[in-house]
Formats: sequence, structure tokens, C-alpha cells
Amino acid sequence: MSLTQQDGEGDHVFHAKIDNAKNVLQLLKAVNFSDVATVFGSPSGLKVTVEEAKCFQANAFIQSDMFQEFDVKEDVVTFKVFLNILVECLNIFGVSTTPSVTPTLKMYYNGFGTPLEILLEEGGVITDCKIRTQEADDTLEFNFCATAVINKVIMKAECLREIFSELDGSSEVLEILLSPDPPYFRLSTYGNYGTNHTDILKDSDMVESFNVTRKTSQRYKLSLLKHSNKALNAAQKVSFRTDDRGFLCLQFMIKTEDSYICFVEFFCCPEEDDD
Amino acid sequence: MRFRGKMTESPCIKQFINVVNTVARMSKTCVIRIAKNNLFFIANEGGGIAKSPMLWTQLEQGHFFNEFQMEGVTPENNEIFLELQLDKLSRTLNSLKLAQGARTLKIKLTKRHTPCLTLEAELTSGSIHDRFVVHDVPVQLIPRRQWHIYDEPAMSQFQTSILMPPLRHLRTVVDHMKSLSAHISVAANEIGTFVVSVSNDKVDIATYFRGLLTPKFVDSQERSSTSNREELHSATVDIKKFALFLQGEQLNPTKAICNVVSGRLLHLFLVNDDVTLQYYLPASSYV
Repeated sequence: MSLTQQDGEGDHVFHAKIDNAKNVLQLLKAVNFSDVATVFGSPSGLKVTVEEAKCFQANAFIQSDMFQEFDVKEDVVTFKVFLNILVECLNIFGVSTTPSVTPTLKMYYNGFGTPLEILLEEGGVITDCKIRTQEADDTLEFNFCATAVINKVIMKAECLREIFSELDGSSEVLEILLSPDPPYFRLSTYGNYGTNHTDILKDSDMVESFNVTRKTSQRYKLSLLKHSNKALNAAQKVSFRTDDRGFLCLQFMIKTEDSYICFVEFFCCPEEDDD
Repeated sequence: MRFRGKMTESPCIKQFINVVNTVARMSKTCVIRIAKNNLFFIANEGGGIAKSPMLWTQLEQGHFFNEFQMEGVTPENNEIFLELQLDKLSRTLNSLKLAQGARTLKIKLTKRHTPCLTLEAELTSGSIHDRFVVHDVPVQLIPRRQWHIYDEPAMSQFQTSILMPPLRHLRTVVDHMKSLSAHISVAANEIGTFVVSVSNDKVDIATYFRGLLTPKFVDSQERSSTSNREELHSATVDIKKFALFLQGEQLNPTKAICNVVSGRLLHLFLVNDDVTLQYYLPASSYV
């Protein structure tokens, strides 16, 4: 029986312990739009990568100082895991009725071919999960480097939340226009019911910084960008960056339940122009 | 054959509606057995073992009814068995919002075109005029020769009996497991461990509740001296039905007991002062 499995922690390729599993759960939920995620464990923390359609990638960073114990035996431990199941497992006790009681989480991974083991404990009740893992494939490399960034906007998340919730769902694309001159920052949709522009003023209270050097206008698949909704709902601030190739990087700053500042980022390729 | 009962206390009416709703969720058709001191809801629908009922609910008449008159089929067989679509009764009760504002609820057996259970409710309303509502729910009388089908099932020869953990907590766990598998394995041992687990090709999950009480039975003590008290006895059952049973938490049971017949059956009880609900959950053929 796995109740006695808590000894021999030194043998694991990766093990971690956190007093409040909700912190981890919150970040995993933010990227939970696909069944499978690739997990990279390194001494600095965990990076959980989720991809879709070879042109969209989400990364959640769970830094090691959030954990009470965190140990990775190799430089980088990578494996693929069923993300939706992992989220379901971490959430198995649901929302506790007494807020002071939080589930404690222990995670173990023993290397290639072994399952990711999870022990959750709340109020004396223990849940033991073994989630099968797969060998990690290569993940997309967007080569999104800071020097190539031409436009960068940091704004409060609530503003973008409102805009995203009102986007015309019948539009296939979202066009993002950034310009040093008016209209500065414009989001447009082209749907069945017409064209819709939303402008954000650069001196709006919602915008914290506006560094736009060149006018750019790119289209992105709306269905892909919608995957960032969960992260957006949990976020406090959002950074919008585009580089010279038109790649979009959305970074969300999320404050977890225990006030750790964490980041979740999304990369998206632009749509090719038809003409 | 006569039956007439009247409830005048709103907590009792509320509880009665709660029981009907809970039973109706578990089984569409249901047999109501009316006896001198008790009212029974019995369901035989699918899943029962060897023709014995899968659901057996006993309500103490004296607790619910302020007036209760009944005359059975014959003086020797002083009982009435009737079959009805319980969800109809449940919907009737809910549509009237009786739980919120019924002053009295009368239930009687009447003869319209067919035999009916007639519900008469006096509703309080915000305005001056109270309302009086009558609903007829058609029933079928069950002849004497079929009564034996609805006899109280015998106590199963279980390996372990355990008081289940708080149902609300257990229900959250089982509801999350529901999305992962159609079957759940329920296990318990004599030292108070209760385990629910599911597995599929992607994951194995088990939740352990420990330090629970195990009711003492004379013969179980004999047995435990011979067998290993830590050994888990388990049965794998349909997770949807198990989750349905857990919704019975709405009855606020004082005790929820799970008897495990290893590999064959879960015999579940919800016990309240005035209501006892027994539920038989046979092990799935799939294991």
C-alpha cells in the first residue's frame, strides 16, 4: 500500500513538496487547454509546456521557491503527462469548506517509463495518484528574444478581460495593431456581423507602459488566443510583445493564493496574409 | 382498503419531500408499502441481486404524520402495496414548492378512474388568500401474491462494515473520479480504513480515509480474531450509482454505513432517527 511510500525520498529523480497544492493547481489550470503537457524540471523550478497546432505554445513557470522541498537530481528532467488528469487529481478534494485547511502535495518522478506519483493530503485524508508519463517530444522553439522585440505594452488584466469577453466569436482572426501614432493599440475582429474595432488609448489608466517603436499590424487565430482566457482570468497584469517577425508573446502575471508572483506565457504565430 | 395521512409540521413535510426526491433520483418506479407503523419506499429496478430489492427506505410513520389511518387488504394482512412513478410524485411535490410554504400535506389513497394517491396541500402565500392544491398521482395496486418480492432483504454476509467518512467530502472526491472511469472500487478494512479508487489506462487514483469507526457485530469479532484485520475487502461498482447514493447526504443522515461483501456487493445504509435507507450495489461484472 502506498501509504508507507514516504520514505526513501533520495531515490527519486525528481521530488517536490508544497503545503498548499492550490498554488500549483492555479497555474496548471491557466494552461489546461490540451490533454498533454510537457514538464521540464530543473533546479529553478518546473516549466509546464502545452502546445497546439504547431503555432501556439503556453508555458507555466512554477518556481522552486514556492515549494517547501524541491529536488531535481539531473540538470533537466523532462516528461509528458496528461495535464487534464493532473489538474483533476490536484483538485480532487474540491473547494474546502474551511479555508484554513489546504491540501498538501508531494510529487515524485523516478525517471523514464515510471509514472508521476502524487500524494495529496487534506485533513487526514490521503489521495494517491499515479499518472502515466510519456517520453517528451521536442517542443516548439519560437526564438523569441528580447532584442528583436519591437513593440511592448504592459496593461492591467481587467481591461483585457473585458475586451476578450466581448470579442466577436464568429471572427476567425484577431487583428492586433500597434502604432506610435493614433489609434495606438487596436484590436479588430472580422465576423459574420461586421467588423469590430476596439481601441485602447495609450494614456489610459489601464495601460502601465507603452513602448511602441514601429507600426505593426498582424492577424492571429482567435481560437488559439482564446486558450489564454483561463490565464487571463487569473492574471493581474498582462504584457503584450511582438517581435520583428510578427510573433506575439503574451505574458500573464498571476498572484497565487499564497501571494507568490508567477508567470504564464503564450506564444502565437501570426497568420500568413492571403494576398 | 383505506389510507389517509396528514402532516402538519413543516420540518416533517420538508424531510418527507427530501426523502421522496432522494429515492426518486435513484429509481424511477418505486413501490410504496404502507404498514401500521412504517412507510416504505422499495425499488426493485435493475441491479438487484437475486430478485431482492436494491433500494429499501423505511420511514417511521409516527414521526412524519400527525394523523395516520390505514386499513390493509385484510385484517391479517394489514398492509397496502402500491406501485407508482416516483419521479411524478417528486415533481408534484417540487412544483408546489411545498418545502417552502406548506402548512399541511395530506396524502390519501383514492379511487378516480384508476387508484390514485391524492396529495392535498394547504399553501401559505404572501397575500391574504391561502391556496389549497390537490394533485392525483396514479398508482397500481400490487396483489397479495406479489408482496413477497418486496420483502425486506436479508442482511448480507459481509466481510467488513464501516462508518463512511462525511458524505459531502466523499462526494466531492467521487464526483471528480466520475470523469475518469465508469467503475469505482470501494474497499474497507476492520481498522477503519476506507478506500475509493479508480483507474484507467492513464492514471490510478486512490483516496484513503482513515480512523473511521467500524460497527461491532458479535460474529465479526469472532471473525477478526481469525483473519487479518488490516486486510482490505473491496467491491468494484458502477460509479454513477455510487455517486447517486452519496447525494443522499441531503437527508442529513446521522450515520452512513458501508458493508462490503468482497467482490460481490456493497450494502449501503443511510441512517437517520426516523428514516433508514438501504441501497444494494452489486459489483460490476467488469473487473
